[in-house]
Amino acid sequence: MRVIVFLVMALLLTPPVVAAPVVTYEFASEEQEALFNKLSNELRCLVCQNQSIADSNAELATDLREEIYGMLQQGKSEDEIVEFMVVRYGDFVLYNPPMKPMTWLLWFGPAFALLAGFFFVVRIIRRQKKAAVAEMSSEEIERLKALQSEAQSMIKTEDSRDI
Amino acid sequence: MTEEIQKKSPLKRFMPLIIFGLLVALLWYGLGLNPRLVPSPLVGKPAPEFELPLLNASGKFSHEDLKGDITLLNVFASWCYACRQEHQAITQLSRKGLRVIGFNYKDKAADATAWLRQFGNPYQVVAQDLDGRVGIDWGVYGAPETFVIDHNGIIRDKRIGPVDQEYISEKLMPLVQQIRSEQT
Repeated sequence: MRVIVFLVMALLLTPPVVAAPVVTYEFASEEQEALFNKLSNELRCLVCQNQSIADSNAELATDLREEIYGMLQQGKSEDEIVEFMVVRYGDFVLYNPPMKPMTWLLWFGPAFALLAGFFFVVRIIRRQKKAAVAEMSSEEIERLKALQSEAQSMIKTEDSRDI
Repeated sequence: MTEEIQKKSPLKRFMPLIIFGLLVALLWYGLGLNPRLVPSPLVGKPAPEFELPLLNASGKFSHEDLKGDITLLNVFASWCYACRQEHQAITQLSRKGLRVIGFNYKDKAADATAWLRQFGNPYQVVAQDLDGRVGIDWGVYGAPETFVIDHNGIIRDKRIGPVDQEYISEKLMPLVQQIRSEQT
């Protein structure tokens, strides 16, 4: 039994093997390599949609990496390559979506929700404070004052006793 | 404090509930959407330029050959299971007189030939995109996909996934009629 438990635990502790795509590319410069890595990490694989084409082992991702590599060899710029992808697959391929009316909600939605929430919280707190003050009648206010002065004198007497 | 609440207008009282309801509706709608249906930016644009060899025939097929009549460009492959599912619908469209061109995506000629022999060949011609290079230009990211191209060579619609009766009656046929009316 112990052995089994040990084995199961050992199994759970092994890090998941990440099968990285094995094709290695040769680059003319480090800059080009960095750009290749940047691009393939920023572009979405359409087959396995929550992976970038750098992560994915799907055939299409391999083809697209090949395509990007080819374009870099031809000296194409980052913008040109991104444009190439967007023309074919739409803005959806970009993990970093462009700012335009269609995506305003995406870009500003969270900040807007946060601000709106903050606004409401402030308003509610203010109103409750006001309501708490307004709720007391003049008699109650009198009584509160009387109690306060009574307490004050009690504290004083206690103080003197201690000394 | 309770009096305070009752003084509020009913609209104000139910505001949080209304906002919550709207949010639920929005998220519920979002859940129902299929993330695989990525709208193609190519719809409304001329078909990308290409030239591909034909399967079991000499000659080539290019974007120029798409012009002249309404064409369905059906992306299929022998390895694609969903393609079998839609094959009957595609065959039916072809029998009705629509021009259907096969786009054999990332396949082998022998496999595709055997597949067509088994399930029937509804295609006028089959263009072979063995390495999927032209497929990239068309924004293909799987099979089956079907493009509707009008007589001017403009892509009018892209169907992602199998063509079924619902798609044919609700989208394809009205679109074909519209294009025909533009033609005359």
